[in-house]
Amino acid sequence: MTQTLKMSVAAFALMASGAWAAQDSIIIGMQLEPPNLDPTGGAAAAIDEVTYANLFEGLTRFASDGAVVPGLAQSWSVSEDGLTWTFDLRPGVVFHDGTAMDSADVVFSLNRARAEDSTNAQKALFAGIADVSAPDTTTVVITLDAPNGNFAFNMAWGDAVIVAPESVATNATQPVGTGPFRFVEWAKGDSVTLERFDGYWGAAPALTRATFKFISDPNAAFAAMMAGDVNAFPVFPAPETLANFDADPRFSVIVGSTEGETILAMNNANLTDVRVRKAISHAIDRQAIIDGAMFGYGTPIGTHFAPHNPDYVDLTGGSAHDPDMARALLAEAGATDLRLRMALPPPSYARRGGEIIASQLRAVGIATDITNMEWAQWLEQVFRGKDFDLTIVSHTEPADINIYARPNYYFQYDNAGFQALMETLGITADADARTALLQEAQKMIAADYVNGYLFQLAKTGVADSRVEGLWQNAPTQANDLTGVSWRAGP
Amino acid sequence: MIRALGRRALSLLLALIAASVVIFVMLQAVPGDPAAFMLGMNASEDAVAALRAELGLEGPLVVRYLAWISGMLGGDFGTSYTYRVPVAELVSERIVVSAPLAVMALVLSTVIAIPVGLIAAARRGGAADWGIMGGTQLGIAVPNFWFAMILVLVFAVKLRWVSAGGFPGWDAGLWPGVRALVLPAIALALPQASILARVLRSALLDTLDQDYIRTARAKGLSRRATVVRHALRNAMIPVLTILGLQFSFLLAGAIIIENVFFLPGLGRLIFQGITQRDLIVVQSVTMVLVFAVILVTFLVDLAYTVADPRLRRR
Amino acid sequence: MRVSLVIGAMLSAVFISLAAVSLLWLPYDITVLDITGRLHPPSASHWLGTDHFGRDMVAMLMAGARTSIAVALVAVGIGIVFGVPLGLAAAAYRGTWLDEAIMRGNDLVFAFPSLVIAILITAVFGASAVNAILAIGIFNIPVFARVARGGALPLWTLDYILAARVAGKGRARISAEHILPNIANLLIVQGTIQFSLGILAEAALSYVGLGAQPPTASWGRMLADAQTMIYTEPQLAILPGMAIVLMVLGLNLMGDGLRDALDPRLRKAGM
Repeated sequence: MTQTLKMSVAAFALMASGAWAAQDSIIIGMQLEPPNLDPTGGAAAAIDEVTYANLFEGLTRFASDGAVVPGLAQSWSVSEDGLTWTFDLRPGVVFHDGTAMDSADVVFSLNRARAEDSTNAQKALFAGIADVSAPDTTTVVITLDAPNGNFAFNMAWGDAVIVAPESVATNATQPVGTGPFRFVEWAKGDSVTLERFDGYWGAAPALTRATFKFISDPNAAFAAMMAGDVNAFPVFPAPETLANFDADPRFSVIVGSTEGETILAMNNANLTDVRVRKAISHAIDRQAIIDGAMFGYGTPIGTHFAPHNPDYVDLTGGSAHDPDMARALLAEAGATDLRLRMALPPPSYARRGGEIIASQLRAVGIATDITNMEWAQWLEQVFRGKDFDLTIVSHTEPADINIYARPNYYFQYDNAGFQALMETLGITADADARTALLQEAQKMIAADYVNGYLFQLAKTGVADSRVEGLWQNAPTQANDLTGVSWRAGP
Repeated sequence: MIRALGRRALSLLLALIAASVVIFVMLQAVPGDPAAFMLGMNASEDAVAALRAELGLEGPLVVRYLAWISGMLGGDFGTSYTYRVPVAELVSERIVVSAPLAVMALVLSTVIAIPVGLIAAARRGGAADWGIMGGTQLGIAVPNFWFAMILVLVFAVKLRWVSAGGFPGWDAGLWPGVRALVLPAIALALPQASILARVLRSALLDTLDQDYIRTARAKGLSRRATVVRHALRNAMIPVLTILGLQFSFLLAGAIIIENVFFLPGLGRLIFQGITQRDLIVVQSVTMVLVFAVILVTFLVDLAYTVADPRLRRR
Repeated sequence: MRVSLVIGAMLSAVFISLAAVSLLWLPYDITVLDITGRLHPPSASHWLGTDHFGRDMVAMLMAGARTSIAVALVAVGIGIVFGVPLGLAAAAYRGTWLDEAIMRGNDLVFAFPSLVIAILITAVFGASAVNAILAIGIFNIPVFARVARGGALPLWTLDYILAARVAGKGRARISAEHILPNIANLLIVQGTIQFSLGILAEAALSYVGLGAQPPTASWGRMLADAQTMIYTEPQLAILPGMAIVLMVLGLNLMGDGLRDALDPRLRKAGM
């Protein structure tokens, strides 16, 4: 009896230390729980973080360095006039429910995404499609309205994954895709569990089981990581605690970059005078924000573009920290008694960054009223209602400088010159020409001081030091587990 | 007595109905469109409108209210906007965490409070009494979420005796589930136990002053037997009342504690529902909590009436 | 229990006077963030060190005291101003529909899980100190109504009150002139209790982000901000936590002491 008791105690102690997460299964921590598991039916990044590359696949895929690589399409070609794209599908692919994946499914998925009543959050990706047809089971021909050099890139997005008509209706709760893992269960509010899919067309992943645990509270995330309840937290919400993990040989801190340009968005329809916007930009001390809000993690940016991108232009000098110039500009513009409303969504880069910026603005004579709000209210009031003066948000879609070409986007920047520039870019395929256009675009929005460009969000992740293969950067918001494994040994 | 209880039941039912109206009306005023939230920043207007129609967010208020109420009476608590599953299913998944937690906290606080209160009353004025009074004062003054933070720091991170939070599910076994609820239950139980101990001590002291106690002692009954057999039973009445009141605080306090320990309980469900603008979840789950509190109030009244014959005359 | 009254009064007085002083003077301006000066240990210039934004901890604690006390005090005020007349009316018209209605209303508010409603209120009307006051104050009303009614009921059976009624004095006047002064002690004690509960409630609401917003300081929010740094900078969480404990402790001790000093009979009223 005591022997059994001792064994049970030992077993429980083992469980407590998390060592029971065997060498081929993993527990990944995530801050936000996805509202459902259909990446084609909703925009929450959390959906892609669970399903992208694990459960669902599209025609093309993002690799960890952001390159567009073949997915379900092993190759593709585009016609001379740029209007017809032909994708060559892999044979022998099956969905998790056993049904075969062929061109009919691709046609179904794309037509469903671009339909009138589609709830796909990125309909713009499919808007230029005129027709989708399947001449045979492994070929798909897509005809566009106008040439689009980005089409292969677009098809790599999580919203463009391929689904099957047999299972699509229940994908939200029972996702059925073609990926290397299949869905096992979803304990709402707690976790999603995946298992290796034996019928996968490609190389089997090293992991046999993966559990995504949802921990929204940064402190709980820290405690869970420390106690070994989770093995990895790829987007760890508490940068202030990273020093603890750095110092501990049991853990490794993985710092990379994301496509998230964190900006102090200014409502251009309220702050119409460029001198005021310039003043605000000069009042800001980027390094203080990076240090105070992100504890040193983040790269300053001077325009809406990712610094790791080869086409990036460093324009931070044009908005360097200069409170005297800020005050002079405000006086010149006659805006000496400004009182602005700042709306802050939940992430700590916004909440902490907002307090720091408010203090910096106060130093040059601008009073700020902060309102902390949840995402739902932010979406309604700021994003749709445009009822704000300042807000802080991180735009995580890759290569999204074209949002400045939308006059009705929430910060309401309306510059015909820029819009024309973006149109030209859309039809330019030559790499050098594209680089020149992108650089001009960056300079234009910096010179107009459309927003306060703060920093590129770093991807700060923590993992058990024996885990290998986690993405360092986030070219798209995903937790691709296909290349993840445990290193053998202690 | 039956009539009095029947009247009480009726008034509680009215309270339930009034509560449902208040909750429903308040939630209509919450800013933030659930459909827009679900589809995110880059969704088109059409997609949002389509989703709103699909979720049943359009239509006159009274109609939607009556649909909700009639649904609940039939066991249909609506369908969650974000998770797209019946709310009843979500509630049953979560209640198997919240209810045991509440029960554990109640049991823990009672188990701690009774001996503590007894000792304090028995050794009134002595060192033990002073120590207990001081300790309980401290127990009441400590915010339970702060206490929870300290517990996690000591027992989960430093000592690694228990996990820092989370709930493995009852499928993983009875003991792992209970273990996951121990720290949260302690954090919840501390202030409750302190209050209960003080109330019990006070009620015991009052009872011990009564004549019939002196008679019992005069008859030769030992001090311990007097306290246990006579005083305790009568002192339990105010304790019961407090327990009933504490139940609603327990449910409320559980919301924050569930967040600190990331337990998938009813409290966190409401929090997430509000954050995600999943109004139907918030509505229905709040009603479940209100119903629980009202039920407990009624049961406490029942127990009160049974325990105290003086009340039966009315 | 004179000792507890004295200790409690002293503790409470410390925080209340700190809060009062903070209205006029703070050692440092808490709206000025100095990132380069953050997380400094205690020194001659910063007696309790600085926080993660470089703000002086002493100033933050004082400003936090101001917020907690203001919110809890006004919430108690709301409870008394609306609850006491309701309770007195219920006692004055005991047994009538008015009494029933008020008691049912009380039950209704008691039935609500208060934190959930507080969260709803702040979600609907926005997170702020004012809405925190409203959310806490609403739940004070039935408490004071119940206490006032409970204290008034036995008084209505007294001879001189009956005589006044027979002489034609209105119930409202009787309540105001005769009943109210006699339940004042009960209300003071309950007020102290609700004050301390209000401090805890404000801390809880601020902790989840629903109370006073930046740059207004609040002990609860200080706790939330400090939580992730508790392993490296525990003082950031310990100091505001201790402040809450001491303040509430002081108020509770004072309440106990007051209760014993003002009227020993009150102990039998189940308090």
